[in-house]
Amino acid sequence: MALQTRTAMPGTPARQLGGPRPRWRCSETFAAWLFLLPSLIGFLVFTAGPVIAAGVISLLDWNLFSPPGFAGPDNFTRLGPDPTFWSAFGNTLYFTFVSVPLTLLVSLALALLLNQGLRRIAVFRSLLLLPYATITVAVAFVWIWLYIPTDGLVNAVLGVFGIDGPAWLISDDWAMPALIVMSVWKSFGFGMVIFLAGLQAIPQQLYEAARVDGATPWRTFLSVTLPLLSPSVFFVVVTSIIHSFQVFDQALVMTDGGPGARTTTLVMYIYQTGFQNYEQGYAAAQSIVLFAFIAVITAMQFLLQRRLVHYDV
Amino acid sequence: MTSDIPAPAPWHSSPVARRKLLVFSCFLAMALTLTPIVMMVLVAFQSDTESMAARPSFWPSSWHTENIGRAFDLVPLGRYLLNTVIFAGGTTILETITAALAAYAFARLNFRGRNVLFGVYLATLMIPTQVTLVPQFILVAKLHGVDTWAGMILPHAFTALGVFLLRQFFLGIPRDYEEAARLDGANRWQTFIRVIIPLAVPAIATLAVFKFISQWNNLLWPLVISNSDATRTASVGLQVFQSTNGTQWNLLLMAAAITTIPLILLFFLTQRWFVKGITMSGLGGR
Repeated sequence: MALQTRTAMPGTPARQLGGPRPRWRCSETFAAWLFLLPSLIGFLVFTAGPVIAAGVISLLDWNLFSPPGFAGPDNFTRLGPDPTFWSAFGNTLYFTFVSVPLTLLVSLALALLLNQGLRRIAVFRSLLLLPYATITVAVAFVWIWLYIPTDGLVNAVLGVFGIDGPAWLISDDWAMPALIVMSVWKSFGFGMVIFLAGLQAIPQQLYEAARVDGATPWRTFLSVTLPLLSPSVFFVVVTSIIHSFQVFDQALVMTDGGPGARTTTLVMYIYQTGFQNYEQGYAAAQSIVLFAFIAVITAMQFLLQRRLVHYDV
Repeated sequence: MTSDIPAPAPWHSSPVARRKLLVFSCFLAMALTLTPIVMMVLVAFQSDTESMAARPSFWPSSWHTENIGRAFDLVPLGRYLLNTVIFAGGTTILETITAALAAYAFARLNFRGRNVLFGVYLATLMIPTQVTLVPQFILVAKLHGVDTWAGMILPHAFTALGVFLLRQFFLGIPRDYEEAARLDGANRWQTFIRVIIPLAVPAIATLAVFKFISQWNNLLWPLVISNSDATRTASVGLQVFQSTNGTQWNLLLMAAAITTIPLILLFFLTQRWFVKGITMSGLGGR
């Protein structure tokens, strides 16, 4: 078959073969746009357009029911003295900077565990990945149940160890930690799978060399595993931070932002502003500030990456 | 370092003890991970009084299978599940087809402005969906698309992620195959359909599974755009259920289990692609 005769001489550029090159070539641009068109129309209308529109809407005073008026930077200056915005911002930071390191630790520990050459790893892996493949709203219900203050499962287990558990979701101080634990449970599978793939890509001879040199397991972990895994770690940290900044589902279902506004996150505040108070302009301004924070933090991580991440495998 | 008399081995270097510890840790991790899911199913079968007692019990004292039917009677769970399949399936099919076409153009065809346009696609990958939430809602509302399938599906069917993932994969396919097809007289469209697509089935399946599961889980957009049972997805339906029957634990968790179990089954059937999707997105960041 032609397919085989052709692959017998790989790498030969098409140009030298002659053939109807000019016609193939001049229709190329046209063909490219035809291939692009369905995606491009949808992308411009529903993704790129709305991104630009968000910028415009953030400068408007708009509540959907009356015609929009120009507000200039008012929506942004309004953020400064808005206590709910700042508490939502603080809550989101709290959530992110506790849940991301915890998720990272759990994912890494479980990936290392799964990489120890035990049998039936695939079974363990899929069972550990289950929370990641569940509906957040549905499992949030179970977690409300687990966190029932008196004699709920969590407090019953703590009671066995003589610990008098807090009221969790209705406690000012423990509502956020409760959300964080649930979120770590829900999302550690993602990092675990990436770390496992990263670990399996580390060449075995490096471990042989470390053993020959008499390195302790801890030393091997620090000098071989961690540097070679650093690109995966970097990726998981970046994506986890981005996702954590957008936490919404579990907070809406488990606490509805309460008690008070202790667990009101930025995205929840955007939702309340735009779709419960119908202040679309103000909500758009908040979403742009959210994006700006994500962009700054991501950029900082990319700068740090140059010093901390090793790509030379 | 070598010495004549070997030092006594520390406990963790004994292969048997080490193996036992590893297996124990595996089971402990699994028990902690699966407890919430198992409890969801157990409480779902408890009686009303048992599940709402001040002191919750864990194992049902009797199995109330009629709770399944009662949950379906309380809210149209079947309808919600069907809606979820339409929403997740619609976005997945649209995104997969359009992304494959566009990815082919980006990976294989030369045209003016290709890199700039691809850069624009990439740039939107970093923008959180909440930024587009308000404009998308206004757009859909102005087009009278609130509570319609078009309004639900279209705004989430053209993300840059699919184009990005498939382009990466297409770039890895040797050009020789296409050259061979071309010499056989195939035009570009035939090359795309008969050569590229069959070779890209794993990548396309991965994208599809990933997209389907994440849209099944999408709460914010359906919450904003659907306001009747005609388009309400499982996530939104559960949330409504909670606000009306908040403490009816057995039925609440039964509804949660009914909407989650199809997804878990799907996950087990497709997990090869699912795991690959996660690693692929991970390697994309490398």
